[in-house]
Amino acid sequence: MSEQLNVPTMAEFMAAGKKPEVLFWVGCAGSFDDRAKKITKAFVKLLHRSKVEFAVLGTEESCTGDPAKRAGNEFLFQMQAVTNIEVLNAYEIKKIVTACPHCFNTIKNEYPGLGGSYEVMHHTQFLKSLLDEGRLTIEGGQFKGKRITFHDPCYLGRGNGVYEAPRELIRKLDAELVEMKSCKSRGLCCGAGGAQMFKDAEPGDKEVNIARTEQAIDVKPEIIAAGCPFCNTMMTDGVKNKEREADIAVMDIAELIANAQDL
Amino acid sequence: MMYLPQILFAIVLLASIGYFARNVSKLRRNITLGHDVDVSDNTSQRWKNMAMIALGQSKMVKRPIAGALHVIVYVGFVVINIEVLEIIIDGLAGTHRIFSPIGATYGVLIGIFEILAVLVFVAVVVFWLRRNTLKLKRFWANEMKGWPKDDANYILYFEMVLMGLFLTMNATDLEFQAMNSGNVISQFIAPWFSSFSESSIHIIERSAWWLHIVGILIFLNYLYFSKHLHILLAFPNTYYGRIKPQGQFENLEAVTSEVKMMMDPDADPYAAPEAGAEDEVPAKFGASDVQDLSWVNLLSAYTCTECGRCTSECPANQTGKKLSPRKIMMDTRDRLVEVGKNIDANNGEFKDDGKQLLDDYITKEELWACTSCNACVEACPVSIDPLNIIMQMRQYLVMEQSAAPMELNNMMTNIENNGAPWPYNQMDRLNWKNEA
Repeated sequence: MSEQLNVPTMAEFMAAGKKPEVLFWVGCAGSFDDRAKKITKAFVKLLHRSKVEFAVLGTEESCTGDPAKRAGNEFLFQMQAVTNIEVLNAYEIKKIVTACPHCFNTIKNEYPGLGGSYEVMHHTQFLKSLLDEGRLTIEGGQFKGKRITFHDPCYLGRGNGVYEAPRELIRKLDAELVEMKSCKSRGLCCGAGGAQMFKDAEPGDKEVNIARTEQAIDVKPEIIAAGCPFCNTMMTDGVKNKEREADIAVMDIAELIANAQDL
Repeated sequence: MMYLPQILFAIVLLASIGYFARNVSKLRRNITLGHDVDVSDNTSQRWKNMAMIALGQSKMVKRPIAGALHVIVYVGFVVINIEVLEIIIDGLAGTHRIFSPIGATYGVLIGIFEILAVLVFVAVVVFWLRRNTLKLKRFWANEMKGWPKDDANYILYFEMVLMGLFLTMNATDLEFQAMNSGNVISQFIAPWFSSFSESSIHIIERSAWWLHIVGILIFLNYLYFSKHLHILLAFPNTYYGRIKPQGQFENLEAVTSEVKMMMDPDADPYAAPEAGAEDEVPAKFGASDVQDLSWVNLLSAYTCTECGRCTSECPANQTGKKLSPRKIMMDTRDRLVEVGKNIDANNGEFKDDGKQLLDDYITKEELWACTSCNACVEACPVSIDPLNIIMQMRQYLVMEQSAAPMELNNMMTNIENNGAPWPYNQMDRLNWKNEA
């Protein structure tokens, strides 16, 4: 697939005197991380397929400040937040969708207190709403009957109580959804949250992502579905560590749906 | 002489209530050492949380075995204590079973108490076995050595003895046995004493009666020193507990005002501080000691029952890191008690003792191991938020001491310079759309 994706920016919409239906907040991982960029593209394809008029901020987007805040740097977080809010408010953004639960949580919960109130949706919630509105159809395709287990991202699940949207999308693929020992409100972290993604772990007897991958392998999945670029990295590393990358794939839900339709 | 037992009873009762009240006021003083937080919002949701989580034990039963056993002990404790009302009236008025003339209802009530007493006894024995024989992992962690382990066992022994005394008291009460109403359990214990003379049986009954009520009063006063404070504090703690989504962390107001000033194009960077402003103590960011935490954090520290559900769900702890959310709460309480004693010893004022919560109790290694996943918060049966304390201490480390691990400093420098945690140029943010 070498065709260039059509990804309009807010600036372009503004120049044309138009407003998009929704702003797609890509996030740092979705913009720069090679693995996460694939998720971004899959989601963009689904947006096009569903005829959603969307825009991105492009070079005007900046880190939400989540890792800084969780690392204890409230200054840096609020500087980032206030800067982003200025941009978002200048474009009169009302609705935001993002494929990163950290961006989702921060913009949804922590920006309102700093002057930025928007309707914020995780991409699995947004895809679910497109499905309900009949704008998106999901086919099982290559995933029909496959054993898929869903790893709950902490900031989507426990953090914001979203457990069902991603699961309903997986069921729509006619896949066999299997639950790990720790799931939903008791889901085990992948080990990346709280700024852990950016540092080595403290001394211990195991890495958190290995512990979580073991829980996943226990239910014999063909695919580990994720809804967060950081979880995706951690689980992919875990699967590699267990030398199971030949028979277990780690995929974002957006990728599952897009691939099922050969997008 | 006739009134001697009543006078004695009144003295014991007043003394124990007095001592308890004194400790409650200390508890209050210690808790209010924390900074104020606004908890006046969402009143109806807060009442609902208290009703569901504390009164209704909704989170306890998430672990069915421990949950069911706890419900028995909890219901037994609340219901059997109705009997204490009669005991206190009897003790003060010199009467005997003052409510017994109400007839059949009395028998039904005592019958329920007796059945509950047996159930509580059994549940407490099972609790003891789980702790000491099955050695469940969460009861044998590092922070449970010494006093915390003993404390838990003392309470179990206490409850066994109290339930035993209650049943003995009923079994040796000849008048009560003669009523043959409500002695559903004690009628089977009564024959054990059949070889005793009537006067010996009476002495046993009086002894059991006295030991039972004195035991309850000792238990009441033991609470202040024990993890068992949760039987009282679980109620306010679930009321004041987290209402917002778990993922939402507070925005520090002190930082907001500084950030707003920095972002304000009209702000005069050379403006002289307003008159009197110099006297203000600059705000301290984050927490290095208990006084820097909120009073809700401190209330939670006293509420913690050290059950360890938080620690057993913690991904860092599960993978062998030093972090244990339970230890965070226990350390906070231990330090708070130490600060409280310091204040008592220094005429109501805290004298610097060269110690603090950070480093002397909670190490940086523990704080940096947290993934902020909220598993501990979700697991707590009484709405304690250990993560909130961890985050406040991280804020102190980063904003007051610039003591973040180097890799995190790199990450933060990247965000500052190029708007991403990695060293990529912000101008390249949309390059992905052109990449195959």
